Amino acid sequence: MTSRTSKPRHEMNFLFRYANPHEFMRLSGAVLPFFAIATALCLAIGLYLGFSVPPDYQQGTTVTLMFIHVPADIVAMMVYGVIAVCSLLSLVWRHPLSDTAARAAAPFGALFTALGLITGALWGKPMWGTYWVWDARLTSFLLLLFLYFGYMALWNAIEDETRAARACAILALVGAVNIPIIHFSVNWWSTLHQGESIMSGKIAPVFLAPLFLMMLGYVLLFLTLWMVRIRTAILERRARNLMQQAAA
Amino acid sequence: MNFDMGAYGVYIWPAYGVSALAIIGAIVWTLVAWRRAKAKLAVLEKTPRGTAAPSK
Repeated sequence: MTSRTSKPRHEMNFLFRYANPHEFMRLSGAVLPFFAIATALCLAIGLYLGFSVPPDYQQGTTVTLMFIHVPADIVAMMVYGVIAVCSLLSLVWRHPLSDTAARAAAPFGALFTALGLITGALWGKPMWGTYWVWDARLTSFLLLLFLYFGYMALWNAIEDETRAARACAILALVGAVNIPIIHFSVNWWSTLHQGESIMSGKIAPVFLAPLFLMMLGYVLLFLTLWMVRIRTAILERRARNLMQQAAA
Repeated sequence: MNFDMGAYGVYIWPAYGVSALAIIGAIVWTLVAWRRAKAKLAVLEKTPRGTAAPSK
């Protein structure tokens, strides 16, 4: 490779190196099989352990819902964080792959948010006596789903890709204010939803292993699918360029 | 392993079912899109050789 004329941005060197689509394709292609295998292992062992736990003394067998509800919620919020960081990289440093990465993550964010809401409703009915209540945690989480929908709709609504990327990045950053609201909602307002219970040690140790494995499994699942989506977007862009060249 | 969820089964199994369907659906959707993009690019990379201007 020839050396660049401009001085490299030292502090961002690492990020920019792997932002090169070529380099990303090479690296992601190499690590993908390992991510896929790790995902399958975590989910398989997590499910095995999850269905081996004794019933909770308060929540009975519904405690098994925790192993799919909490991971979905955490990934739903994590994906939004990922989109916000990518948007910042795109707006401030013009990071070349970050728009593609942010856009590729959004459908998975929406999916995990929907799963969090559905599994939560199905847990709420037997424990609270209702599928839904307009309290702070549930409402701010529903807002997250609408943020994902709005973000994806905005990408599709603006034809010019550079302008779409700019507008979507701004929307994503403005919407990021919702993430701490979701997280702290159970402390700030009195809600039906239980408070934070993992870090504060309120969960019986026997439930922790399956919970962490399922969380890791969900995170790895997202990372695996996200990488494939980014790879797909890179190939689609190459195909578009080739078609434009042929048409010119 | 214990799959006897008692009376709560009516809430637990649909939750697991929906999650499994959604995850499998996401995997299939992602892989189909990847294969399609790869196939399209392969076709495009092949065609210009005969039709495009000779490379310099």
